[in-house]
Amino acid sequence: MNFPADLKYSKDHEWIRVEGGMATVGITEFAQKELGDIVYVDVNTIGKELSQNDVFGVIEAVKTVSDLFLPAGGKILEVNPELNAHPELVNTDPYGKGWIIKIQLNNTDELHTLLDAAAYKEMIGK
Amino acid sequence: MENNKNIKKIFLHDVHLSLNARMIPFAGFYMPVRYTSDMEEHITVRTSVGVFDVSHMGEFVIEGPQAIALLQKITTNDVSRLTIGKAQYSCMTNARGGIIDDIVLYRTSEHSYMMVVNASNIDKDWNWIQMHNTEGATLKNISDSICLFAVQGPNAKHCMQKLIKENLDQISYYSFIQTELAGVPDILLSNTGYTGSGGYEVYVSNENALYIWQAIMNAGSEYGIKPIGLGARDTLRLEMGYCLYGNDIDETTTPIEAGLGWITKLNKSFIGHEVCIEQKNNGVSKKLCGFVMAERGIPRSGYKIMNRDAQQIGIVTSGTQSPSLAKGIGMGYINTEHAIPDKDIYIQIRDVLIKAFVVKPPFYKK
Repeated sequence: MNFPADLKYSKDHEWIRVEGGMATVGITEFAQKELGDIVYVDVNTIGKELSQNDVFGVIEAVKTVSDLFLPAGGKILEVNPELNAHPELVNTDPYGKGWIIKIQLNNTDELHTLLDAAAYKEMIGK
Repeated sequence: MENNKNIKKIFLHDVHLSLNARMIPFAGFYMPVRYTSDMEEHITVRTSVGVFDVSHMGEFVIEGPQAIALLQKITTNDVSRLTIGKAQYSCMTNARGGIIDDIVLYRTSEHSYMMVVNASNIDKDWNWIQMHNTEGATLKNISDSICLFAVQGPNAKHCMQKLIKENLDQISYYSFIQTELAGVPDILLSNTGYTGSGGYEVYVSNENALYIWQAIMNAGSEYGIKPIGLGARDTLRLEMGYCLYGNDIDETTTPIEAGLGWITKLNKSFIGHEVCIEQKNNGVSKKLCGFVMAERGIPRSGYKIMNRDAQQIGIVTSGTQSPSLAKGIGMGYINTEHAIPDKDIYIQIRDVLIKAFVVKPPFYKK
């Protein structure tokens, strides 16, 4: 399984890619495999200010529904418009075309509480 | 909820692991929920052929001249109409008319029947039947020595025909033969299933199970046969509106409420008969209905069903995104006054009411 070294990871299986004060968030390859075929990504928090670990949306697989947790606090700017018609992008390209939201970070210090790729891999036992 | 120490393994557990199955505890067994993808496995069954290992299911043999009297008493369908070589879908109900289990009954000879029960109910059903066997029929629980493979899909017939001498065109729906399959004797092969795509179910004793599994896989290879998990089994059955015990039916629901009146024969006597007659004559307060989402949203078991004025009128018992329809579909109990085809209802999904329409299943039509 692939866990890019330039990303940070949460214990709830989200990844975050930071570019300046902005960041992109998605779920990890491990998470998408566990969930199975993704059929719906429901984010109704656009424009909201949320704290670290808050629920920002829900991801639905054929069999399961899971909350999506924000790896670092901030304002939800955008949800990936492609996911509406193609939620399966989360399965096929979880770190690329399957990104879920973009956020404006509140406090970049929170990033230090996240895991790097090696620590995340260890946590999931891969 | 399930205590992992008591969870059993099905006979071919290691075969499924070698096929990269994800095994999850279900009904007291580790079961393959998925090998590759629920969606891909679903489509494989709808378009070609797939094989399910559903060896967790229970099998009881009920024999002797008294067997029919016992079965007439404990099941809702009319066993006197079940001829040798035929299978019958039926229910066992308690004195309140509540469904103890939904079952398939096979008549294997003049005085011999095999009852196939849900895995989660094996012990409960076995105790119930023993307790009511005042007729003195001979009972055998052979669940642990039998494997069950369901070969399902439009190419299932071509696949299975390669393995038997009899012409499968002679085996009509809900009929079966006891035959030799791939050279192995004493196989029960029935034209039955739980997917709506046609196919066969194969009952084989444990000692021959691996050989038969491989023979089916080899026979199906030219059609791209794949092993199919419980994930796809659930979406396939739900597209047909088939009930799942524990979700859509249980001891708090009667066959009349569940739309199983067609397997409830009120001209004979059985345990729960009075309640079913009363409900048939006076109507029921809730009915199991199918519904299709009119807008985007996926119904799930336990979600509330509301009317236009946001008052609760029912509850969802099964739901999913239909792979064939690419829409949310579900089943649930709805107060009778709202249980009308085409009626608009609303499913509460995370505090939002999403519109749906009551429909009569099947959702998927060939």
